[in-house]
Amino acid sequence: MSEVIVVTSGKGGVGKTTTSANVGTGLAKLDKRVVLIDTDIGLRNLDVVMGLENRIVYNLVDVIEGNCRMKQALIKDKRYPNLCLLPSAQTRDKSSVTPEQMKKLTEELREEYDYIILDCPAGIEQGFKNAIAGADRAIIVTTPEVSAIRDADRIIGLLEANELKRTDLIVNRIRMDMVKRGDMMSIADVVDILGIDLIGAVPDDESIVISTNQGEPLVGDDSLAGQAFMNICYRVMGEEVPWLDLSGKSSLWSKISDIFKKK
Amino acid sequence: MGFFDMFKKKGSGDMAKDRLKLLLVSDRANCTPELMEMIKNDIINVISKYMEIDAEGLDIQITQTESEGNNGSVPALYANIPIRDIKQKI
Repeated sequence: MSEVIVVTSGKGGVGKTTTSANVGTGLAKLDKRVVLIDTDIGLRNLDVVMGLENRIVYNLVDVIEGNCRMKQALIKDKRYPNLCLLPSAQTRDKSSVTPEQMKKLTEELREEYDYIILDCPAGIEQGFKNAIAGADRAIIVTTPEVSAIRDADRIIGLLEANELKRTDLIVNRIRMDMVKRGDMMSIADVVDILGIDLIGAVPDDESIVISTNQGEPLVGDDSLAGQAFMNICYRVMGEEVPWLDLSGKSSLWSKISDIFKKK
Repeated sequence: MGFFDMFKKKGSGDMAKDRLKLLLVSDRANCTPELMEMIKNDIINVISKYMEIDAEGLDIQITQTESEGNNGSVPALYANIPIRDIKQKI
């Protein structure tokens, strides 16, 4: 049975595209047939994060307007043959697509893919409405900041009104050192405030920047963020995975330097 | 940071949490500033019938309060109305 998952946040810059790329790639790694759809018309980004920007011929709007067949617009991933990307149009705007058209498009993709992952644009306007139209469930991405959590709360309200089956939360860019000294809200604080189920927490990790530079999602590698994203993929599939210790480095040297810092 | 500062100073994480909680109560209540202004004016009108109040100093907001049952905190309308003269006007 296939599932349509929308990755959304309200606020921009919290990690929707990075999350979409990593969850999509991770599920493909686990032998699922996955299609990633960039629904941010006018500001396409997912292709760059996936490292597929040079292969785009047709896009989402072309498929919807009937300029090409679905197969022609889907770009096969470099690493996983069971992973595809449907890129967004760069020179059009959000009003080129309607929620009904998006619903029809996702229905068509259900026949051939296990997971259809929609990377939602920031905001709550047309682009957001298009992205959630065909979705069964949502992954809300937020960071431990007042503005991002406020927007996430708004999005959760809107998704409830649209009767999505399920909404899960990812707390992105958490810094355990700051949480420990009381200068950042903890994962538990964020979950408590938003009141939805946590599906994963991803640390603020330099390796994310490096992987985005390279256009290679880091899911499944041995970085902390890579492990965190892989765990999220297992949880998306319904498996139970123990929670990762995100405080990171526990090398002898960092333990020694911690002792001296405490003074 | 000195030893005693640890007890004095609240971490900014807690500040964020407290601010956010208040913010979300009014967000979720869907109270627009216009609506709050209307409520405020009506309160002034009603109370003014009975006593002289300082309309400028009046402060109303939606906050949270612990409910008497055990279902946690509930939204509450908080109003601080400075009274100038309590004598009846009539």
